[in-house]
Amino acid sequence: MGFHSIVCVKQVPDTANITSEAMTPEGTVNRGALPAIFNPEDLHALETALEVRDRFGGTVTVVSMGPPKAAEVLRACLFRGADRAILLTDRRAAASDTLATSYILSQAIRTIGNYDLVFCGRQAIDGDTAQTGPQIAEKLDIPQVTYLEEMVELQECSQGKKAKIRRNTGNGWELVEVRLPALMTVLETANEPRPLAAKKVLRYKHASVPAEVDEAKAEALKERGLLLEQWTLEDIGAELDRCGFAGSPTKVFRVESIVLTKEGFTSVEPTEAGIAGLIQELISDRTLG
Amino acid sequence: MGNFYLDNDDIPFYFDVMDMRGLAEIQEEYAQNGDADYVPQDLDDCVDSYRRVLEIVGQISAETLAKNAEQVDEEGNTLNADGTVTLHPLVRENLDRMAQADLMGFTLPRRYGGLNCPTLIYTMATEIVSRGDVSFMNMFGLQGIAETINAFASQEIKDETLSRFSSGEVTGAMVLTEPDAGSDLQAVRLRADYDEVTGQWYLNGVKRFITNGCGEILLTLARSEHEIEDGRGLSLFISERNECVKVRHLEHKLGIHGSPTCELVFTNCPAKLIGDRQRGLITYVMALMNGARLGIAAQSLGVAEAAFRLARTYAHSRCQFGGPIENLPPVAELLTDSRVSIEAARALAYETAAVCDRENNALRLTETVAELPKERSKELKQLTRQLKRLNAMLTPMSKYYASEMCNKVAYDAIQVLGGSGYMKDYAAERYARDARITNIYEGTSQLQVVAAIKGITSGVFQSYVEEMEKRTFDDAELETCKAQLVAAREKVAEAVAFVKAASVTYTDLSARRLVDMAVSVIIGHFLLKQAAICGRKKTVLQYFLAREMPMVEKNRQQILAGNQLAVDAYLEIVGEVPMAE
Repeated sequence: MGFHSIVCVKQVPDTANITSEAMTPEGTVNRGALPAIFNPEDLHALETALEVRDRFGGTVTVVSMGPPKAAEVLRACLFRGADRAILLTDRRAAASDTLATSYILSQAIRTIGNYDLVFCGRQAIDGDTAQTGPQIAEKLDIPQVTYLEEMVELQECSQGKKAKIRRNTGNGWELVEVRLPALMTVLETANEPRPLAAKKVLRYKHASVPAEVDEAKAEALKERGLLLEQWTLEDIGAELDRCGFAGSPTKVFRVESIVLTKEGFTSVEPTEAGIAGLIQELISDRTLG
Repeated sequence: MGNFYLDNDDIPFYFDVMDMRGLAEIQEEYAQNGDADYVPQDLDDCVDSYRRVLEIVGQISAETLAKNAEQVDEEGNTLNADGTVTLHPLVRENLDRMAQADLMGFTLPRRYGGLNCPTLIYTMATEIVSRGDVSFMNMFGLQGIAETINAFASQEIKDETLSRFSSGEVTGAMVLTEPDAGSDLQAVRLRADYDEVTGQWYLNGVKRFITNGCGEILLTLARSEHEIEDGRGLSLFISERNECVKVRHLEHKLGIHGSPTCELVFTNCPAKLIGDRQRGLITYVMALMNGARLGIAAQSLGVAEAAFRLARTYAHSRCQFGGPIENLPPVAELLTDSRVSIEAARALAYETAAVCDRENNALRLTETVAELPKERSKELKQLTRQLKRLNAMLTPMSKYYASEMCNKVAYDAIQVLGGSGYMKDYAAERYARDARITNIYEGTSQLQVVAAIKGITSGVFQSYVEEMEKRTFDDAELETCKAQLVAAREKVAEAVAFVKAASVTYTDLSARRLVDMAVSVIIGHFLLKQAAICGRKKTVLQYFLAREMPMVEKNRQQILAGNQLAVDAYLEIVGEVPMAE
């Protein structure tokens, strides 16, 4: 038995470490001013897939859509034990919203083929939409389980493969069973991502996609099995008018940079009355309730 | 996300000041790589790999070890009724993380799944790990056991065990100490008997104070020659954890609570001989011990670094008398002293580690590479002998200096935090408790002094330092510093001549002072080398010399005074043995 997983991962600007240069005067994200990191919840999606492989056998393929620099997150996946990594990079895919992105990724997943499980992080920290995963499932016409917190069981029986999953419902959890193939979006509470494995880091540190290196270097890397797969929209048979700007109905109306003006701190007396006052204040400004 | 390698500006500095490529070159020569797919392409690639490995160590130390340390310290490990030990779940987690990250075969050859890192990189890693959790170093730092197996055991034993160490499947213990054989290992009594019928060795007896004695693979020092009473009657044995070895007691210790310290009872435990009979203590354990001592020096650096950082941060944020307490000169001096001492100890430990690497690799080439040209082999043998003598002095010096240093730094950190430092609310008290073992185990400071003094009285120190004195500087200030070190070396020579003329007893009595003098001179030269390429290090050197050179003079005067009342008037001064209450 074995389960073949595909994990969608994204390189995102580190929005947890915002500086004053994070936004351009035009109100868009200034990517140059923010360090690019592995989208945190995608690491948990990867970990879920790796745990499935450790327990049941199978393979883990990671795919990312982005500029050549996004190969960094693919390497980070290889460092943790992914078997195969594919970068989907194409200028015509730029400016894709979640609809276009999910279409492109679903095409990539179809092209990879032969999969049981597709894992995505719940959402990316740049857009915070949580739409891409579910939309990929719709386009692939497979079931989806959002907010995975634990892969309880995976089975292969006469009717095919199925999974039992504990998903977080916000105020509790529910246990669901789903036939495979299926897509799951994973929460950060699902697991603790494994550390980088030193031997894999040393093995794959030079691994690159063709767009990152010149031709001679690419040839040398290829000989050592370190040239990563790089796909274009043609490679996945995507319809161009469903990709990039053309395929994205979302239009940004306005982006506002909010600068928090409140400074300092409020001290609350550690007494019944003090706490009651604080709770009243939080209710009145609608932080609570 | 923290990283204890990347947030430390001094450890990466050694990649600039030391010849890492040279180190990589000797480490990689005839390396046993098997079919490993992570062999470096060239020397630069290899050095880059060292950095990357340390980055991983730094991340796990910050994010896992340090985070778990307080709870592990509070709760410790558990002894079960059946003579087994259950590790604290967080200690287990620490081990699992290190294994997942491929860090448990740090120095082993790649053919056994190891990383083939030099001792210097391992020493850095050990320091970083210890900063995260001092007690966990006793799991991570026990990799010397695998190294000992690799160096001395039969191919069969190596094939059976080494890749299991690398994968993290097993951990080991060096099982040496007994109730009546502590510092004096020649007195070991645990019996090893050979059964002619089964062709098997069996071990019987009791061992005490065994770090990680509950580990899966035990290297046990035992008396195989019952008619020989000293160290020559001892051999080294390897056994797997089984029901014939029970943990009778788990020690309750002042510190390092995460490290299980076991009393072991062997009852007819089957074991295999490592190497040759009778060489257990005199060859194998001595080699193991040298590596372990350097490990303790690294552990000391880690705890000192942790304590210093806590104190530094506190002194900056704690306000009294209208400002942060670091603005008060006595507090500033405590912190400056600590930082300089850490850097001094680090210089000594890392330079020593590099000498170990040169010695170990020269020995490895002569012993394992059959096709080595005769001339080269001869050269290497000579080099090994020379480096062995140097190491026999530098290793105990490093262990002695670093462990004493970390005790002072950890105590001073409590002092900087004042009342808060005495409370359990801060880690300062834990650091001080954890630090306290470093100048005791793997040979007390007094024993390190006994080991180091030989090199000082035999001329090894003299020639080593004179070699370093040949270095010239086009900076007048540095030349002035060097002149102070030359004068200090002459004072050591004067003191050595005096004690030699006096008596063996007086030499023993003065040994600590002589070692202190010599260590100051040696570290001074290391810092001088660093100062030539880094302006800040020049300031560190100047501070170090201003503090240490008067101590050299004080020690010289004390030695030349010839006072040995501590021995001659012992009973008169200390009085009778106190009556039992």
